[in-house]
Amino acid sequence: MILYILKRLYQLIPLLIGITFFSFLIIQLAPGDYLDQLRMNPQISEKTLNQMVKIYGLDQPILVQYFKWLINALKFDFGYSFSYQMPVLELIKDRIINTLFLSITSGIIAWLLAIPLGIIAALRPNSLIDKFIQIFSFTFMSLPGFFFAFLMLFFAVKTGIFPTGGAYSPNYENMTFFEKILDRLWHVSLPALVIGIGSLAGLVRLVRSTMIEQLQSEYVLFARAKGLSEKDIILKHALRNALNPFITILGFEIASLLSGSALIEIIINWPGMGMLMLDAVLSQDLYLVMGGLYIGSIMLILGNLIADILLAKLDPRIRQREVEGVLK
Amino acid sequence: MIEAISKNRFAFLSLNILFVLYFLAVFADFIAPYPYDIQHRDTPYHPPTQIHFFDEKGNFHLRPFVYGYKMVDPINKYYKVDYSKKYPIYFFTEGESHYLLGIFKTDKHLFGVKEGKIFLLGADNLGRDIFSRILYGARISLSIGLIGVFLSFTIGTIIGGISGYFGGKVDNLIMRLSEILMSFPSFYLMLALRAVFPINLSSTEVFFMIVVILSFISWAGLARVVRGMVLSIREQEYVLAAKSYGASSLRIIVKHIIPNTYSYLLIAATLSIPGYILGESALSLLGLGIQEPYASWGNMLSSAMSYTAVSSYPWILAPGVAIFITILAFNILGDALRDALDPKLRRLIK
Repeated sequence: MILYILKRLYQLIPLLIGITFFSFLIIQLAPGDYLDQLRMNPQISEKTLNQMVKIYGLDQPILVQYFKWLINALKFDFGYSFSYQMPVLELIKDRIINTLFLSITSGIIAWLLAIPLGIIAALRPNSLIDKFIQIFSFTFMSLPGFFFAFLMLFFAVKTGIFPTGGAYSPNYENMTFFEKILDRLWHVSLPALVIGIGSLAGLVRLVRSTMIEQLQSEYVLFARAKGLSEKDIILKHALRNALNPFITILGFEIASLLSGSALIEIIINWPGMGMLMLDAVLSQDLYLVMGGLYIGSIMLILGNLIADILLAKLDPRIRQREVEGVLK
Repeated sequence: MIEAISKNRFAFLSLNILFVLYFLAVFADFIAPYPYDIQHRDTPYHPPTQIHFFDEKGNFHLRPFVYGYKMVDPINKYYKVDYSKKYPIYFFTEGESHYLLGIFKTDKHLFGVKEGKIFLLGADNLGRDIFSRILYGARISLSIGLIGVFLSFTIGTIIGGISGYFGGKVDNLIMRLSEILMSFPSFYLMLALRAVFPINLSSTEVFFMIVVILSFISWAGLARVVRGMVLSIREQEYVLAAKSYGASSLRIIVKHIIPNTYSYLLIAATLSIPGYILGESALSLLGLGIQEPYASWGNMLSSAMSYTAVSSYPWILAPGVAIFITILAFNILGDALRDALDPKLRRLIK
């Protein structure tokens, strides 16, 4: 097992270098830089500009700039945001907490509903309830997230049940601890529902098809012949065997924790990474874009890694194959 | 395959809906009563005009008509029906001149009113007809899916084919590259790539920029799948036969290996068109894609970003419905194709 994890980690090194270099290239390709905006400002003298160029190292060759950035990035020091005038890490930290809170809440909504609904649908394929679940999942799979967000906003404004935008109320500071929790949950509910229902739609289909496949297999027939209760068959046998694809998907979910909801965040006005990245790109805030891309990619890689490790842990066949690959 | 689609009621319906949508897009300037950029400054946020056959007294009119609307609250743009004004709808009526299919100059439109206004789906903040703009926007939103899929699938299959066929170092390099590309969160990558291009591009340039960005993001996943398929196909005996006849590598890849991946590619293409439509909409929605006055479904929705506008004038959400219907149709069609070509799951359910 340790051998397996080490092998995976080793594979990540070139990947990380590639990712960072590539994102650096993208930013360098962009026309102009952040200082262009300052140059337009007659109040800033040529001298200050030159000084800034020096400080940010913009006069050095790309490769030198890149390596400087990379060495710092390994220590999670992403430099300074031009437009916000504060360290990128500070900026990102705040936003990451909001984004993680939103994605995890929506993830919980999706998984808690998807597994029971998927099993119910799989137990009686083509029954009325199965058809209903299928229509539901198909509709929401095709409903663009941003459009659903608009619809929910419309609903929120009309009914006043949900707040429209922000992560907490203006008088948040004066609340008691318990009220603070409630206020947070109240504010996260709308975007979390939008994202949660969106991913629920896809998940239900997956749970359903995997469960159908498992329930048709011979070991289930055997368990039935043995006289096991239907509950035991489903929970102890079929569901356990159906876990593998779910874990891969769970990995994807971890991977997209930071970036999966970016567009919805922007629309619902949720102060998360999505808004920050949009601002950064619009104002050509070099180090902020880099930092965002870097953290987003690390999350993605980590998500896949966790999924792989979990898979290997649950399924000895995979573990065996990979380790043999190493020893060869 | 066609048989399978016509057997599946929903898939057949979806196919027809898509035909209708593409038809509407091609003949947009004829079917739309107004050009996409005509502003009716005196009627911002005009509500949808209902088509009537019966007037307020219950009398039947063979020629349908719309009532006039009067603005009663200029600040909140609130309108009331003015029953004293009736505007009959004429078919093949004269309007703004346009080039049908880009060739025939004509001023005929499918329908329209001679006086007054007809806004089937209401008007936007500048008093432009949303129905007409949806039709024009369909040209962009629907074609971006097709062109984007064509581009990325061409790149993806060729690169995946090369990678799988040659193996070794080439394969290793290509796979590492695609891994890097796939490790980026796609929405962030899309934003960052958008920043590479200048903000003020002409509309054609923006269109191709979007296609290039979206294809660049999505070829990698496809290349990996194709590579996997090629790995197993290249061991087949007919490939060996082709080799012994002296066929070149390129010929074997293009003529013998890639055709075997067609059925998968067809399914994948149908199912990935929605991604392109969504990508374009997202960029345009954020003001980074197709720019005003040109219409795309995405940039039409950007006015819906303000929830006060949405709650007072919900008809500005209409382009979203168009996106939804298109994506639903593509998804149902892709699903039916998969069921037809990959019968494993269907057998299990029976």
